[in-house]
Order: sequence, then C-alpha cells, then structure tokens
Amino acid sequence: MSHELTWLLVAVPAVSAAILLLGGKATNAWGHLLGTLAPLISFAFGVVLFVQMMGKATEERSETVRLFEWFSVGSIKVDFTLLIDPLSILFVLLITGVGSLIHIYSIGYMAHDPRRRRFFGYLNLFIAAMLLLVLAADYLLVFVGWEGVGLASYLLIGFWQHKDSAAVAAKKAFVVNRVGDIGLSLAVMSMWALFGTSAFAGVNAGAEHVSSTWATLLGLMLLLAACGKSAQVPLQSWLLDAMEGPTPVSALIHAATMVTAGVYLVTRSHAIYEQTDAASTAVVIVGTVTALAGAIIGCAKDDIKKALAGSTMSQIGYMMLAAGLGPAGYVFAIFHLLTHGFFKANMFLGAGSVMHGVNDDVNMRHYGALRTPMKITFVTFAFGYLAILGIPPFAGFFSKDKIIEAAFADNTVIGLCALLGAGITAFYMTRVMLMTFFGKKRWADDVHPHESPAVMTWPLIILAALSLAGGALYFAGHWIVNWLEPVVGVEEHHPPVSAAVMTLITLAVVAVGIVISVLMYRRDIPREAPVKVSPATTFARRDLYGDALNEAVLMRPGQYLTRTLVWLDNRGVDGLVNGLAALFGGLSGRLRRFQTGFVRSYALSMVFGAAFVVVALLAVRLS
Amino acid sequence: MIAQILPLADFTAPKIEYGELAPLLVVFGAACVGVVAEAFLPRPLRHMVQLAITAVSVIVAGVLTAMLMSEKKELIAAQGAISVDGPALFTWIILLALTLISVLLFAERSVDGGLSAFAGQAAAVPGSEAEREGTAAKVEHTEVFPLTLFAVGGMMLFASANDLLVLFVALEVFSLPLYLLCGLARRRRLISQEAAMKYFLLGAFASAFLLFGIALLYGYAGTMSLGGISDVLASDTGGEALLLAGTGLLGVGLLFKVGAVPFHSWTPDVYQGAPTPVTGFMAACTKIAAFIGLMRVFYVALGGSRWDWAPMMWIVAILTMVVGSIVAITQTDVKRMLAYSSIAHAGFLLTAFVGVAQAANGVHNGITSTQAVLFYLVSYGFPTIGAFAVVTLVRDAGGEATHLSRWAGLGKKSPLLAGIFAFFLLSFAGIPLTAGFTGKWAVFSAAWTGGAWPLVVVAVLSSLVAAFFYIRVIVLMFFSDLPADSPDVALPGWQTTSAVALGLAATVVLGLVPGPVLDLAARAGEFIR
Repeated sequence: MSHELTWLLVAVPAVSAAILLLGGKATNAWGHLLGTLAPLISFAFGVVLFVQMMGKATEERSETVRLFEWFSVGSIKVDFTLLIDPLSILFVLLITGVGSLIHIYSIGYMAHDPRRRRFFGYLNLFIAAMLLLVLAADYLLVFVGWEGVGLASYLLIGFWQHKDSAAVAAKKAFVVNRVGDIGLSLAVMSMWALFGTSAFAGVNAGAEHVSSTWATLLGLMLLLAACGKSAQVPLQSWLLDAMEGPTPVSALIHAATMVTAGVYLVTRSHAIYEQTDAASTAVVIVGTVTALAGAIIGCAKDDIKKALAGSTMSQIGYMMLAAGLGPAGYVFAIFHLLTHGFFKANMFLGAGSVMHGVNDDVNMRHYGALRTPMKITFVTFAFGYLAILGIPPFAGFFSKDKIIEAAFADNTVIGLCALLGAGITAFYMTRVMLMTFFGKKRWADDVHPHESPAVMTWPLIILAALSLAGGALYFAGHWIVNWLEPVVGVEEHHPPVSAAVMTLITLAVVAVGIVISVLMYRRDIPREAPVKVSPATTFARRDLYGDALNEAVLMRPGQYLTRTLVWLDNRGVDGLVNGLAALFGGLSGRLRRFQTGFVRSYALSMVFGAAFVVVALLAVRLS
Repeated sequence: MIAQILPLADFTAPKIEYGELAPLLVVFGAACVGVVAEAFLPRPLRHMVQLAITAVSVIVAGVLTAMLMSEKKELIAAQGAISVDGPALFTWIILLALTLISVLLFAERSVDGGLSAFAGQAAAVPGSEAEREGTAAKVEHTEVFPLTLFAVGGMMLFASANDLLVLFVALEVFSLPLYLLCGLARRRRLISQEAAMKYFLLGAFASAFLLFGIALLYGYAGTMSLGGISDVLASDTGGEALLLAGTGLLGVGLLFKVGAVPFHSWTPDVYQGAPTPVTGFMAACTKIAAFIGLMRVFYVALGGSRWDWAPMMWIVAILTMVVGSIVAITQTDVKRMLAYSSIAHAGFLLTAFVGVAQAANGVHNGITSTQAVLFYLVSYGFPTIGAFAVVTLVRDAGGEATHLSRWAGLGKKSPLLAGIFAFFLLSFAGIPLTAGFTGKWAVFSAAWTGGAWPLVVVAVLSSLVAAFFYIRVIVLMFFSDLPADSPDVALPGWQTTSAVALGLAATVVLGLVPGPVLDLAARAGEFIR
C-alpha cells in the first residue's frame, strides 16, 4: 500500500455510512458490525501508513495526494488534495484508533436501542468527516470536514430525539458552531484575496510577506473558528449541553477528537501565528481563561458527564495555551491532545459504564461505593483519573507538566494560572472519584449496579493501558518532539527554575487539590443537592453565567429584532399607512381605490422604497 | 399612390439573425402552436399533446442553445435589440432546463386523485356547483403549457435584451402569463386568486416605475440601447438629474422582479397562494431572468455611473439579506418560509452584483461577479424547484398541508422524502458538499475581491441566521413526534419523481464536482455591448 491510497482512509467510513443510512431496515441485522469494521479498516491502513512513514527520511515524510481538481476559477484553484504528514498521521491514528474502540463499546452500549444502525451510520459519518478535516491540504477542504463533523455532532447530540433537551442541545451546538464557522469562512476568503490560494503550501509560503495587520486579522478569524469547535470561551456554552447525546458520542466527539479540531487548526496555521504576536497572545489568553473556567465549572457539577465536560473544556484550554506559545508549545499541545484523547475517552466510557449499571442515572449524588460492584470500571477509571491529575508515570504527567513549564517560560502570570488549573483539576477529579466509587452507597433500592459486558469493558481496559503508557511518546527519547519538528518547528524553552523543581511544585499543588477534596467529600453526601450554597458554587453551577450572558447579549436582542421586523413586515407597514395617511393623502387615497386588502400597503412600501432609492442616488452625487 | 404614403423605397428589411435567435423563436413558435392545439384538439388529447409540444420545444431550444454555446458565437442580433452573448446563452440553458423540470410538475396528475394542480374551470366561482361538476368531469386547464412557454420565452428575451424597450416588452411577456398561472390553483382558490390579483397589481405598479425610468433615461441619453447609454455616460454630457432619477426608477422595477427588500412584499403572499408547481417555476426562473436583466442593465448601460448607484445597492443588498433571513425565522407556512428564503438568496446574489468584480475593474484573478452570479443561479434554481416539488407531496384532505406544524415528525413517516427535503434545505443553508455551498462561496468571494467586504461580513452573518431556520425545519421533521392526524405523503407519479430526482441530482453534483459548471460559467465571459 502506498500513500497514494490515503483517500481510502476517508472513503471506507464514508461508504459504510452511506450504506447504513441509505440501506434502511435491511441493514439492521448487521449494521453495527459493518459500522465497527469501517474504522478498524481505516485504523489498520493508518498503521501501515505510519510504519511506512517511520521508515522514511525525515524530509520525505510529508506527502500530498492530489485526487482531482475540485474547482478552478480564474487563478484560484482548489484541488481535492490530501496531506499525509507526521502531524496528520498522529490524528489519523487517534481518530481511527480511539474511534474503533468506541465503536466496539457502542455495540454493547446501544444494544437495546431500536435505532442502533442509524447511530453507527452517524458515527461513521463523523469518522469520515473528521479524517477529511485532518487530512485536507487546503483550508477550504478543511472547512468541508469542519462542517461535516459539525453536522455529525449535531445529529448525534440530538440522537435521543424523544428528549426535548436533546433536540435543544443539538440546535444550540449547531448554532454556536456556526458562529465559529464564520471565522473560518472569512479566513479562507481573506486567504484567497491575500495569497490567491487557500492551500496550506501557498498560505505558508505567502504568510511571510503578509502585513502584520492582516496576519493578526487572519489569526483572530482562525481563533474564532477554533473557539467555536473547541468550546473555548466565549463560545463554550454548547459543550455542556452536548452531553445530552449518548455517552460514546461524548467520549469520541466531545472529548477525544472533534473538540480538539481547534487546536489542530491553530497548530496547522503556525505560519500565520508566527507573523503576529497579538493573535498568538489572544490564543494564549483564550486558552488560559478556558482552562480555569472549565475547571471551576467542573467543581460544581453533580452530573458526572457535565463534570467531565467541564474538564474537557479545561484540558483543551491547556492545549490552546500551549499552541498559542508558538514553536515552544505546538509539540506539547499535540502531545497533550493525544494523551487527553486516551484518558478522557477512557473516563467518559467509564462514566457510560457506570450509567449503564445504574439505570442511566447521571447524578453522582445517587452513586457512591460503586467500586465493589463495578471493579473493572473502577480500576480503568482510576487510571484515567491518575493520568489527568498528572501523577507519574501516567500519560498526563508528561504532557501537562511540559505545558506548565512552557507557560512559565513564557510568562509568569500565565504559568501561575496553568499551575492553579492543575490544582483545581485535582480537586474536582478527586470529587468525581469519591462521589462515584467511594463513600456509602446512595443508589435507590430498585437499582442493581452490575459490571458491563465484555464488549464494553475491553475498550476500557485498552484505553486505561494507553492512559498509563501514552507518556512513552515523550519519555522514549523525546520521540514526539523529533517526530513533529519538521512540521511545526520546535523551540527550547527555559523555565525560570529547573524542570525538576517545576515538576515537584506542580505535584505539590496537585496534592493540595487532592487533600482539600478528600477533606470535603469524605463525609456523607446528601442525595439532593444542597440549595443554600455559597455564591461561588452557584456561579460555577450556572456555568459561570455563560448561558445567561449569551441570552442577554445575543438571544434577547435577536428575538426583539426578529419580532420587530416581523411586526413591521406584517402590520407595521399598514400602520405606517394610517399614520402617514395625511402626508400621503392624495397618493394613498388613490391607491385605496384598489381596495384589495393589503396590496395598498405593499404598494406604498414600494413607493417608500422608490423614494429611498432615488434619494440615495441623489445623496451620493451631492455629497 | 401607395408609394407616396409609404416610402417603400427607403424601407430596408431589418436584418434578423435567425440562426442565433432560433432558441427564442422555437419557444415562442411552440407557444403559438400550443394555443392553436388548445383550440382545435378534442379535450382528452390535449394534456398529452400539450405536454409533448412543450417538452419537445424546450429540449430543442436547449439543444440549439448548447450548439450556439459550443460555436462560441457572440453577437448583438436583431438590429441591436437582442444580445446573444455568453451570459445570455448560459441563462437560456438554465432557464430551459428548469422549465423542463417545472413542466413535469405541471403535468403531475397522480398526487391529487387524477387531477392536475390547476383549476378545472378558472372562471367558475369557487365553491359553486359549476366547479363541482367540472371536478367530477375531470376538466382541466391545459392552457398552462402554452402560458409557460410564453413566460419562459419572455424570460429568455429579458435576459438578453440589449435595448430598454425590448427589456420592457420582455418583462410584460413573461409577467402576464405568470399572473394568470398564479390564479389557477385547484385547491384554496380564493387565496390563489388573491395572490394573482396582488401580483398583477403590484407588478403593474413596478412596470410603471420601470417604464418611467426608461423614459427618463431616454431623455438623458437620447437612445434606448444599452451600449448607446453607456457611450453617452462616458462622454459626460450633463443632465444628471435625469440619469439619476432614471437609474433609480429603472432599478425599482428590476429589484421588484428580483424580490429585493423593500420591493419584496408581494413575494410571500404570491408564493403561498400560487399553485405550488407554479411557485417553484417562478421562484427559480423569474429570479434568474430578473437577475440577469438587472445585471445587464446596470453593468452594460450604467457601468459608468457605478459610483452613483453602488451605495444604494449596498443598502438594498444588506436590507434584503437581513430582512429575508430574519423574517423567515418566524414563518409558520413552508411556502412562505421558502419565499423569505428566496428573498435572502436574492440578497446574497446582490452582494456579488454590488461587488462588481470584473476584468474591467482590475479583477483578474479570482471569480468575476458575472460568473459567480450565473453559478449561484444554477445552484439555487435546482434545489428550489426540487423543494417545491416535495411540498406538493405532503397532503391532507384539504390539499397540500403547508403549515409547518403539519410537517412535524415527517421524518418518521417518510424518511426518504423528509431526507431529500432536508438535503435541499442544507443546500440553501450552504452546507459543504451541496450546491448551495459552492454557490455561496462563489458570490461571496466575488464580492470580497470586488472590495465589498463589509457586505460579505453581513452576508455570512445572515447566512448564519438563515441556517437557523432551515435547521429548525429539519429538527421539526426528524426530532419531533408524529402527531396522530399527520398528513399523508402522496405517492408521486413519474413526473414529480423525475422532477425531484433531477433537482436532487443537480444539487449533489454541483456540490461534489462544481468544476464543469463553474468552467461553463467562466467561459460565458462578460456581457457584450
């Protein structure tokens, strides 16, 4: 197999999705098996490509595959070209690898759902779109994948459509994502105007010569896009609601892969961010703010999936922070993205396994002491827990430690924020752990917790192993640094104190977080959430008022505008007729002779329009 | 004696390029044949024969146009009256293709118990005994076919008119049959007649503006030909008041047909009232003809005074996009929603038009406004007719169930139909890998390269709002429960099936491989003068 066949990676799940979605009931019996086979084939093929790439010399690892000319207009030419290089192959392995595990897990998780085949169809659609996103060699093609994953995510969040909350959450995710998409579409159009192309090669080559204003603008547009897709402040609100989707979806799309697309986009656009300090700083600030905001939200959620979602926001914030630091951080952003993909998918699937055992209850106040009936889930979840805390030798230790180091090397305030975030992470993850698996049992009498079937536990075990071993990518001779260097560049960073001291400080902060959490959640936890809580808790429970803010700033004015316009359109014009009847007496009277209901008002609106047109023309000339 | 009255010696026969005008002549000729057939054929034969005449003439005209395109003949024919250039030929092809699909919908008789969508006897009073008898005897108006041919002939002429007077005549030729067609619905006849009346009155009103504008421009330039006006503009002879007023009033007449705000108010009422196949035909074809007419007049004749009219058009474009997208959100009738959506699309088209990305303006790399608009019109026309074809199939006892609440849970009743409709909506919303996506990119980037970037920002924001209401319908169809008294999905005959299939195929192909059509649009070049 050669890299010429890279398109198969995308085509296999796409074809499978088409078969499952168009095949109808005939495919019900074996649909889930086909759906699981597709990402496995892509994964196997991805491994072959990866091994071949390892065998090549460093400078030959980047290959483009031109499939066909998509369109060309004048000098702008957009090819359907795929780029397979050290960066994209890592994503391919993550998406298809973790994706395959989640497909397998879903066979068990969705076993009793009458629409299981459709679910697998959507999942395959997602895999295809996500692979297209990371393999595209042109920003416009990235945009295609970008919209594709948005569509798949929308369909999957709303999969349990009988729940109103799911339909609302799906719509919210779609709309917020579209806000981000504006950024990407404007960026592509600017690229066409500035560079005459939107291909990576052309943009990277042209970025050096572009003015710093334009570089900043481009950087900010791309950041807007990244914020939408990766649930970064201020476009974070959809991710918590997105937990309405089935848990495998939360694990695959809203933890491991799709939400990290923003980090990918920023890293891929490194040539642009190198030209602009302003935009890079904006990326760092957005990342830092989100890292803290997500962690704070995670502290107050009783819904296990929402607590994990807050954590996802926070961890992606770390990745953005690292990506904003430039060549000093890109490698660690991607490294953390990979390890996070392992341990967060692990924990989400673990949460799903817990829910599976307790009749789909998501409230952690109704759990407690689950470590005995669900041993495998408990142990694997604990691996994820240790990894996200950054306890050596788990994967998160290597990746997060490096990001905090790089942050300190760049700016002490940012470094302190990152460090604080690590402490809060330790606090809320310990809380999740204690409330779910320790303490007294709080589940109702008719609930009989039980371990999940093997088809669900094996993916958990594999992901737990990866959560432990993922760090090898770094400590095995800084492999990932050397691997990614030709694509994104690497720059040594020098933290103010030595790396070892840094590590000790971080571990100490994490330990403080754990201790506070243990002290607080050691005692009995009430089954109902206390109502009288500190303002800080309320603040966190309400997602830091993110929704309230959206509502006040965007939704309400939007509704008023809509209502006003509709009113104007339906009745206003008529009212205007009556009000201005005296002014336009003669004209209006003549028009009224038609006496055909509203036509007179339509006609009068045309008269106003005509007057406006002529006045506008004259005004231009006279001014 | 006669020679003294009529100076025959001075009379030279006008030179008519019959070869180049053949597509127009075929369409108009077939329309006349249709009228004769209507008068002399026995009733049972008419439907078949009329359909055959219409379909054959449209196909023949299409083939002739394609031959002209491949010969790359560009000229101003009929003594300067008609310009047969690249954009005109391209427009002819789209119009004919879309007409063919619409005619299939017109001919559908199986969705409503063996009757077409048109009234049996338009003259019978709604609800009267005569109407019932007519329905029982399965009477139908087969005149709709020649009327359609006249309309499409007028549209083709409108898109290629190189003279303001021809423009006006063409406008009337295509408008009058449309007024009639609007009033011919078999179901809900009163609202249909009301729509026809409104359309007629407002259309006449707009025509008056147009005609007055033409008169003023004639006063300014002393000529009706577009090239002539442009020459006068270039020589700057004064009399600007006439020029500006003429431009404005002419613009009003054209913007009315395009459906731009604030001249849009007829659109929702007429789209809702007209028989749905006619709505589809109007929504696609009228918009195409009107837009090309608008561009030709403003680019060819008034290009020299661009700085005068551009700011006004900017405002109209912004209003059109914003009002179209926002008002659509609260619509409760699917046909009205599509009407507002078509208004929003007119706004998106206007961005490319106002951007004036032309080689003459120093835009050499990238897509020109003309190409972008031509492509957008194709990518808009096919899903539009397809969407309206789907609307004809969702029915209850009272005819089409167009209230949106009746569409709840349709995805559970008929996943295929709802899926196809959802796909058309996604194309309108501009989701990648559909026709609408490529079209939007084309017009936005033309506007961008033309320097109208604030318009593009507004356009992208409006398309975001627009996406919301398309998605709302999809959510309604797929994510709501099926009510107990849900409407039925009629089993379509071959006509509607092929219309939907053609619309769907075009939408998919234009999204996946837009290259060939973009190439064709690029080769159409610019308007000649």
